[in-house]
Amino acid sequence: MNNNNYNDFQDARHSFEAVIGLEVHSQLLTKTKMFCSCQNIFGKEPNSMVCPVCLGLPGALPVINLEGVRLAVKAALALNIGINKKSLFARKNYFYPDLPKGYQISQYLDPVSSNGYLTVKMDGAAEKRIRINRLHIEEDAGKLIHIGNRSYVDLNRAGTPLVEIVSEPDISSASEAVSYLKALREILVYLGVSDGNMEEGSFRCDANVSIRRKGDSKLGTRAEVKNVNSFKFVEKAIKYEIERQIDIVLSGGKVVQETRLYDSKENITRSMRGKEEAHDYRYFEEPDLPPLILSEEFISEIKNSIIELPEAKRYRYVAEYKLTEYDAEVLTQDKDIAHYFEDLIKENNGRVEIKKLANWVINDLLFGLKVITSITKPVPEDVIRKAVSEDEGWTGNSKVIGNFVPQYETKLTDVGARNFLELILEVETGNINKNTGNTVLLEMLKNPNKKAGEVIKENNLAQVSDDKGIEDIVKQVLDENQKELADLIGGKDKLFGFFVGEAMKKTKGKANPKKVNEILKNLIEEKKKVS
Amino acid sequence: MDLSNLTIHQINDLLKYREVKSADITNSYIERIKKIDPVISAYLYNDFEEALSNAEYADKIIQKNKDFPYLTGIPLSIKDIFLIKGKKTTCASKILDNFISPYDATVIKRLKKNNYVFIGKTNMDEFAMGSSTENSAYKITKNPFDLNRVPGGSSGGSAASVSADLCAGSFGTDTGGSVRQPASLCGVVGLKPTYGLISRYGIIAFSSSLDQAGVIANDVLDAAIMLKAVAGFDEKDQTTRKFEIKDYPEIVKRADKSIMKGLRIGMPVEFFSEGLDLKIHSKIMEIKDLLKDLGANIVNITLPDTKYSVAAYYVIATSEASSNLERYDGIRFGGRFNEGKGIQSLDELYRKSREFGFGKEVKRRIILGTFALSAGYYDAYYKKASLVRKLIIKNYKDSFNNVDIILGPTSPTPAFLIGEKMSDPLSMYLSDIYTISVNLAYLPALSLPAGVMDNPAKKGGILPIGLQLISPWTTEARLLSVAKVIEDEVKFRDKYTPVI
Ligand SMILES: [Zn+2]
Repeated sequence: MNNNNYNDFQDARHSFEAVIGLEVHSQLLTKTKMFCSCQNIFGKEPNSMVCPVCLGLPGALPVINLEGVRLAVKAALALNIGINKKSLFARKNYFYPDLPKGYQISQYLDPVSSNGYLTVKMDGAAEKRIRINRLHIEEDAGKLIHIGNRSYVDLNRAGTPLVEIVSEPDISSASEAVSYLKALREILVYLGVSDGNMEEGSFRCDANVSIRRKGDSKLGTRAEVKNVNSFKFVEKAIKYEIERQIDIVLSGGKVVQETRLYDSKENITRSMRGKEEAHDYRYFEEPDLPPLILSEEFISEIKNSIIELPEAKRYRYVAEYKLTEYDAEVLTQDKDIAHYFEDLIKENNGRVEIKKLANWVINDLLFGLKVITSITKPVPEDVIRKAVSEDEGWTGNSKVIGNFVPQYETKLTDVGARNFLELILEVETGNINKNTGNTVLLEMLKNPNKKAGEVIKENNLAQVSDDKGIEDIVKQVLDENQKELADLIGGKDKLFGFFVGEAMKKTKGKANPKKVNEILKNLIEEKKKVS
Repeated sequence: MDLSNLTIHQINDLLKYREVKSADITNSYIERIKKIDPVISAYLYNDFEEALSNAEYADKIIQKNKDFPYLTGIPLSIKDIFLIKGKKTTCASKILDNFISPYDATVIKRLKKNNYVFIGKTNMDEFAMGSSTENSAYKITKNPFDLNRVPGGSSGGSAASVSADLCAGSFGTDTGGSVRQPASLCGVVGLKPTYGLISRYGIIAFSSSLDQAGVIANDVLDAAIMLKAVAGFDEKDQTTRKFEIKDYPEIVKRADKSIMKGLRIGMPVEFFSEGLDLKIHSKIMEIKDLLKDLGANIVNITLPDTKYSVAAYYVIATSEASSNLERYDGIRFGGRFNEGKGIQSLDELYRKSREFGFGKEVKRRIILGTFALSAGYYDAYYKKASLVRKLIIKNYKDSFNNVDIILGPTSPTPAFLIGEKMSDPLSMYLSDIYTISVNLAYLPALSLPAGVMDNPAKKGGILPIGLQLISPWTTEARLLSVAKVIEDEVKFRDKYTPVI
C-alpha cells in the first residue's frame, strides 16, 4: 500500500461513526429474593438457598418483594427516570436448565420506570447527556457448573432481584461507554442499591454496537456484544467490534444482526450462531401477579431517602468548601469517605478551616490507612496446623502455608470523626507538632479504640511549652556547643537553625518550635549584649 | 352399619353427639372404596393408613373439645392437582409419575387445621385439560349413573367419588367448568367461587388467570361448609384478596323460600339456543316456573359477547398453559425420558421427556398456546382474546345492574358415552360452553342437580341434569342461599341414586 492509498484508507475509516447503546443488569442488595423469602446471598453451598418458589416447583407462586421494588424505584429516581405508577410483570419464556420455571419474570410492555437520562462527564471532554430508555425489575437465573463432561445446576441465584437499565443509542465511543458505566455504577453503589461488583457478575453489561457513515441519520445493523465483565473488557470489546464492522462495510459486506460473545483472551468478539438467535420469548403478562401499583406516598418516601449523589457532592465541596476539584474527587469517590468528611465538619463546628480538615483526611488519614493495612504478617502457625489437619487428602493448602495476611484490618470508620478531630485540634492548637501528630495517628489506626489524648499521654508526647523547661534545655545546648555559639555571636546567623535543631533533638521533638525560637533569640541577644 | 351415604353436616351431627367415631365413618368409606372403586375408578390412589390415622387424631380432638371445626373427622377426597407434603402428586400425567410433593398447598394446610381425613387422590384429565377425565394418563373414570358414560371433567374423579359415596366431599379445580360440569353430569353440587377467594398456592397451574379451586359436595350446606374452611386471603398467592369471608354454613341454614320474593333472576338468551339438549332446556324451564311461583321476577337478559367465550378461552388458557408447563422439562423433577440414559444433548432430553411425558391433549394445547403467543401473532390472538375477556366482564357487569342472579344450564348435554367425543376435540370443548364465560369474568357459580332425564341407551336408566347459578363477584352467600332454596324444592338426593 503506498502512502496515498494508506491515507485514503484511513479517511475511509474515519468517515464512520459508532452508535452504541448499553443494557446494564444490576443485582439489588435486598435481604431476600425478588419473589420468595429465600435469602439473597452468595457463596453458600449449591442449592441451599432455595424454596418451592425459586425452584419452580409445581404449584408454587411468586410474591413481589417490596424491598426490591423500593431499590429499583430509588435507582430510577437517582437516574432521572420517570416512575410509572402502574407497571406490569411479564413472563419471558425460554428453556434452559438454569431457569427452573422455563420463564423469567420480568417487565416488558409497562416497566416500572421509563424515559430518563444520565449526565456523564466524558473522558477529557465536556459533559454529555445519555438518555435512558427504561429501568425495569426482573429475576436472575441460576448458574450452571460444568465439571468434566457433566453439568450441574445451582439455583441459589435463581430468583434474586435485578434491574435492567437500557440506554438509548447515545454513546459514540468505547471510552464514552466506560464513562457512562462508571457513572451509573457509582450512583447505584452510592445509593446502596447494588454492590457494583463486575467480576462476580452483580453488575453486568451487554453492548449494542452499530456503525454508520457520519451524517447519516439511519441506524446501522447492530450486533449485541455479551460477556464483558470489566470496564477494561467493555472498552476493548466495543473497540474491536467497531473496527470489525468497519472492515466488513469497507470490504463491501453487510453487518448481520446477531449476538456476539467477547473473548477476552484473544480480544475478539465471536458470533453465537444458532438457537440463541432464534429466540422468540413469547412475552405476556404474568398472570400470577397483580399490576404493580405505586402510591404517591411510596414514591415520595423513597425520594426523601435518597442521599446526595457524588456528582452533587463534588460540586458542593468546590463551591461551598472551596476545595480543589481533585480534593473533592478524592473525598467523594466513596460514600464512606464523604460521610466521614461531613461528620468531621459537623464535629469541628467551625474551629478548624475546612480546607485543612480535607488535607488531614486525604494526606494523613487515608494515607495512614493505606500504610497500616499494607503491613502484613505470616499466617499464624495454629491456623496452618488446623488447615492441614482438615485437609485429609493433602490436596493442597499452599494458599495457607507461606502466605501473609494483613496485620491490621482497620477501616476508615473505626477511628471516629470526633476522635480524629481531637487529634487535629491537638496539632492545630500547638499542643503537639505535626510529626508527633502523625505518630499518634498511626497508633490510633493500629488501635482504633484508643483516644488521641490517651495515646499522647501514654507515650508522653505532649509538647513542652512551659518557658522554664525550654529555657533550661536551650541553655544546656548553648553550653555544650561553645564554639558554634561564639561563631553565631560573631555574626554567623546561619547557625541559629543549628541550635533550634539541637534543642528539638533534646526534647525528642516535643518542644514547641515557636517557643524554642523565641527563647533562643532572647538568650543570644543577652549573650551579645554581655560580650 | 354403612355410614358412607351421609352428608358432611349429618356426619358432623353424629360426631358431635358422640353417636359414632370418625374411625367408624372412615372405615365405612374404606370398605365401600374397596368394593366399588374398582368399577368406578374415581381414585388414582388411596391412603387408608393415613386416613385411619387422621381419623384417630380427629377422634382425640372431638373427645377433648366441644367446639371443633366442621370438617373434623370428615373423609374427603382431593383432586390429584393439589400438592400434599410427602404424597405423590401426578396431575394425572406421566411426566409427574414419580413426583412426591415437598410442601402442602394452602388449601391442604387449611384442611389439616380443620382436622379433615385424607382418603385419596382422585382422577382427572391430565393437567386439568379436558371435560371427560378421559385424558388421564392412568385410568378412565365411570359415571356412577351409567358406567358406560364419562363423569365429566376435568374433576371427574372428584365428582364420581362424591356421587358414588366414596367420600363425603371432594376438592377440585375449575378453569373453564372443571368442577361444575362433572358435578352436573354426576348429580352432585359443584361450586366455583370468585377468582381469588381460595388460594392457588400449591395447586398445579393450568391457566393461572382462570384456575380456581372449587368444592364438590352432596348438598349445598356441605358446599358452604367446605368453602368456609379454605376460603380467604393467602400471603403466598398475590391474586387472593382480603375479601370478607362470611359464615356460609349459617347463612345457608337460615335460607328459606322467603328470599325468592322479588329476587330478580336473569335468563340469558345465549344459554338457551342451538346445541342445548331439549330435555335439559325444558328441565331448566321447569325450575324457572317453580321460582316464579315462589315470587321471583324472571328477567330475560342477553350476554352478547359470551358467544366468543370458547374462542377467547382457548387462546388465553392455552397460552398460559404453554408457559406454565415449561417447568416440566425432565431436569429437576418428574419424569426424565429413560432416566436420561442414551440422551445425547440437552435438546434431546427436553424433547424426549416432553414427548413421552405429556399426553395428546396436553401437547395439543401447548402447541396452540405457543403459537398464540408467538411474535407476530400475539396481537391477533392473545391480545384480542384479552379484549374479548373485557367485553364479557362488561356483559356480566351490565346484566347484574338489572338482576341479582343468573340461571341457566351447566352443560349442553347430559353425560356422554366414553369415547364419544375423544376424536372430536371441538365438540368436547363445547361441553363447557355455559361455564367458560364465568371463569373469564372471575365470577362465582354453582351447579345444582335440577333433576334427571331418561337414559336414552338404557331402559329405566336416568341421567342427572344440572342447573347453573351465576352471581356477582364475591356474592357466594347469595349464590348458596338461592341454591339451597331450589335444592329444598327439587329434593334430588331423596329421589335419585346412582346405579352403584
Ligand atoms: Zn426461594
